Amino acid sequence: MSELPLLKVHELSKFYGGRIGCRNVSFDLWPGEVLAIVGESGSGKTTLLNCLSTRLTADVGSVEYHMRDGQYRNLATMPEAERRFLMRTDWGFVHQNPADGLRMTVSAGANVGERLMAVGERHYGRIRETAGDWLGRVEIGLDRMDDQPRAFSGGMRQRLQIARNLVTSPRLVFMDEPTGGLDVSVQARLLDLIRGLVQDLGLAVIVVTHDLAVARLLSHRMMVMKDGHVIEHGLTDRVLDDPREPYTQLLVSSILQV
Amino acid sequence: MSDLATYNFAYLDEQTKRMIRRAILKAIAIPGYQVPFASREMPMPYGWGTGGVQVTAAVIGPEDTLKVIDQGADDTTNAVSIRAFFQKVANVAVTTKMREATVIQTRHRIPEETLTEGQVLVYQVPIPEPLRFLEPRETETRKMHALEEYGLMHVKLYEDIARNGHIATTYAYPVKVEGRYVMDPSPIPKFDNPKMHMSEALQLFGAGREKRIYAIPPHTKVVSLDFEDHPFEVQKFAKPCALCGAHGVYLDEVILDDKGGRMFVCSDTDFCEERREAGHVGELGVANKEAAE
Repeated sequence: MSELPLLKVHELSKFYGGRIGCRNVSFDLWPGEVLAIVGESGSGKTTLLNCLSTRLTADVGSVEYHMRDGQYRNLATMPEAERRFLMRTDWGFVHQNPADGLRMTVSAGANVGERLMAVGERHYGRIRETAGDWLGRVEIGLDRMDDQPRAFSGGMRQRLQIARNLVTSPRLVFMDEPTGGLDVSVQARLLDLIRGLVQDLGLAVIVVTHDLAVARLLSHRMMVMKDGHVIEHGLTDRVLDDPREPYTQLLVSSILQV
Repeated sequence: MSDLATYNFAYLDEQTKRMIRRAILKAIAIPGYQVPFASREMPMPYGWGTGGVQVTAAVIGPEDTLKVIDQGADDTTNAVSIRAFFQKVANVAVTTKMREATVIQTRHRIPEETLTEGQVLVYQVPIPEPLRFLEPRETETRKMHALEEYGLMHVKLYEDIARNGHIATTYAYPVKVEGRYVMDPSPIPKFDNPKMHMSEALQLFGAGREKRIYAIPPHTKVVSLDFEDHPFEVQKFAKPCALCGAHGVYLDEVILDDKGGRMFVCSDTDFCEERREAGHVGELGVANKEAAE
């Protein structure tokens, strides 16, 4: 692991008029680290994620990213062309609803190949080979390569979305409730897959979830949010096994036991 | 002189023409870029060439000779009515001969014979945005043009190959103009794409409903998009034109009876007639009387 953080977040705030989206969030993310942001609905998790991934503009504070050339760059002041290039090469974004992250009207192969074509690959055979390889890694059969995602099940769509994001070997992936809306066995398989990929590729991941079990399985560190504030921050096992804040204690004790 | 109201020269008022000319100048300055313009209602329905007619009205002068082509033919409804329209409102000379024309308005074809310096080719465009069917948001496609993010165009070609084994797009085949903007050349067959490259004529594109004008100035590079292992190819025809025997031209299929009889003839009627007058005869053609005598 490198000595320098991949992402430096400083005093980030976002307001929706008088209401708080998220307030005074600061943290560093190191390469290869998985950070979970947990909290109840409306606690500002997704707002924070969107601010970090430049999908929303923060009102106060800065997000600096460690570029491949070794420089730190403030994402808010980066030219749009460069930012979009970064988003489709060095970053990934996995949406809760796969339809938001996929092109539903083009085949699975083209979905995975799109990023390659966007960075200038112009050889059909090579694009197809790489796409096939990635579909294999997310356990989608090659016979489904030319099918459109709308012919896929929810779990398959989510795996396709992951493959589509990872094809350019990004260093940072944002995930917004990646397992939301999937049944438990599919969820387990997907978590297993994500865990394997994160480890193999040394990805840094920021995952937003309200499911503490997902956070436990995937993440190294977690932040607990409430009403736009980060109220507790620490190693996942520490936060879940020994929660300090009353709200975190409530959250942990609310997990249903079977 | 009658006291009845008369039309201004070429139907549009001078201020409108001025506005359209400004859009055209901008389009010429930025080859392949879609310039928005305040498209007017024309006395014809959208989809019949309102964009092309406005561009023609803005560039035509009393000295010009106009030719109108519809799918290569001079004698189909659209061509006849637009030709009659300009005869009436601009009183300009009209012709069907490609070499005599200074302004040629076209729907879906480029003439077979090479255009020369000083000629203006005006295209009627239904949908100017090449990325439209993959990205429905106009805000997003504009951004993609601005930032030169054209990966999506290749996604379309990829889909073609994945489904059909080859690039099956046969018309409105996307091109890159002067190494910068990706452009929809209007629904001309891809057979005509190479004719746009380094053409001596000025090529103007007008989309009335979508309110866009774009242009290819003379001597501009126009390259059809493709993959390294699936290069761009134009359509080939097994037989020459059945009437004039021409090879290497774009042919239309004509059904002859209900027993499967068919023939393939030049889609460019002017080109075909000229060849027949010169004595060329295809397998189903009738020898020209004068030439035979």
